[in-house]
Amino acid sequence: MGRIKVILKRELAGYFATPIAAVFIVIFLLLSGAFTFYLGNFFVRGQADLIPFFDFHPWLYLVLIPALAMRLWAEERKEGTIEMLLTLPVTMWEVVVGKFLAAWVFTGIALALTFPMWITVNMLGNPDNGVIVASYLGSLLMAGGFLAIGSCMSALTKNQVIAFILSVVVGLAFVLSGFPMILNLFSGWTPHFILNAVSSFSFLTHFHSISKGVLDLRDIFFFVSLIAFWLFATATIIDMKKAE
Amino acid sequence: MGTMVDITGLRKEFGSIVAVDGVSFTVGQGEVLGFLGPNGAGKSTTMKMITGFLTPTGGTAKICGYDILEQPLEAKKRIGYLPEGAPAYQDMTPSAFLTFIGEMRGLSGEDLRKRVSGTVEKVNLQSVLEQPIETLSKGFKRRLGLAQAILHDPEVLILDEPTDGLDPNQKHEVRTLIRTMAPEKAIILSTHILEEVQAVCTRAMIIAKGKVVTDGTPADLEGQSPTHNTIVLTVRSGDVYAMQAQLAKIDGVKKVEEMGQDGEFTQFRIFPDPGRWIIADVGQCAREQQWEVAELQVERGQLDEVFRNLTAPKQALT
Repeated sequence: MGRIKVILKRELAGYFATPIAAVFIVIFLLLSGAFTFYLGNFFVRGQADLIPFFDFHPWLYLVLIPALAMRLWAEERKEGTIEMLLTLPVTMWEVVVGKFLAAWVFTGIALALTFPMWITVNMLGNPDNGVIVASYLGSLLMAGGFLAIGSCMSALTKNQVIAFILSVVVGLAFVLSGFPMILNLFSGWTPHFILNAVSSFSFLTHFHSISKGVLDLRDIFFFVSLIAFWLFATATIIDMKKAE
Repeated sequence: MGTMVDITGLRKEFGSIVAVDGVSFTVGQGEVLGFLGPNGAGKSTTMKMITGFLTPTGGTAKICGYDILEQPLEAKKRIGYLPEGAPAYQDMTPSAFLTFIGEMRGLSGEDLRKRVSGTVEKVNLQSVLEQPIETLSKGFKRRLGLAQAILHDPEVLILDEPTDGLDPNQKHEVRTLIRTMAPEKAIILSTHILEEVQAVCTRAMIIAKGKVVTDGTPADLEGQSPTHNTIVLTVRSGDVYAMQAQLAKIDGVKKVEEMGQDGEFTQFRIFPDPGRWIIADVGQCAREQQWEVAELQVERGQLDEVFRNLTAPKQALT
């Protein structure tokens, strides 16, 4: 456990030692604000909730999180530091989890910095703060899902641009699989259980049900097991490709 | 002199290519083993398997009794490893980087601080301790890599080209450091600089095409040179044929070759019969003939010649 913490600390410090942290946080805050007020019609709706804010999170994450995750392993392999790291007395899963957690904590910091949004809505009305807390939790879990996918894509290549594009594409598949547009393609000619399976892999479906304030264990389990799966895939790919 | 590294039948295949083909050897405390071989011979791959980075296709390595495949953590704790190119996190400072390595190795508090400052002194990194690693020169980066490897005072040191990219002074410093650490440790280093083997290694091993082709002391290797123990004699030019005939008459001389003339001087190489020590006789012959001798010496043998003979692809006979 101690070594995971050491890795987490180093990685997190790495974000703040480079302009990555500032750029990511500023852009995340600007975009989430702009989306909420302009596209989400926060004021026009006249309702004291943060639905217009959280509704855009899957799309923000789709583009921003791959940018954060692409360097996780690609850089490590390109610089050759992976060889030094993996010959320290540490297990593969400690490294994979430590690096992932650092990126996740960093996303959590960015997400926490949207607190003025929460203050605003509380000043304007009486929102259901329980729903908002659940939504934040759902958003964080979803960010973890995107990060785990990004981690795996980053393990596939030394090239960060390729890692970015792959993560966006795979992330998009997971977002869209719950979209009516995509589901309509399947409905009518496929058996019902396939339709259910496709939509059950959707980030949107699970995120929406959490952000309604219903903390269903199944939704939490979905994100947790998704993260575990992609991290396991990351470790496997690194093990296979480290000779290259 | 306990065995600290025990390697048996190490083999690595990449697809259809056999990079390392059944390498076995042991290294004891106090030994400095030099890994020699042309590029692509399998030196780095062997080191990557010993340190647990690559999983061997066959065979295994035991570090202080711990199998790198079965007890990787215990084995890795006892190894200090400098990978090829001395990689490090470019956006960190040497001080933060060494602290990170120390913490990963389970050091903390005062102990960690002392180890870091002690190691920094050993490799002379004090002046750049707070500069980002990406701004450091190649020599500093290499020394940082070395610092990272020796930080926890490991029993086994594995160094992949430790002096590559260093200037002659820095090379000398690093070799001195390796020699001072040698008595308590087992050290394996790879190099393609032959003088390095003579300078620091107690034992040299040449690897070609994934196999060990020779293993012995640097002196043993020199002994394999065709010019080992030959006498080089340089004298003022005269009747070259008569001189050559005179030299050939000496007891114990097998062959005399004229190596060339430069203006006033002629150089001969005199090959002794096996096991004969003939420098005194050659000297006496020169005095008797009243030749003007400019140089007279015994050649120890050229390591690079041995290296080429053992590793170069055999050319077709013409």
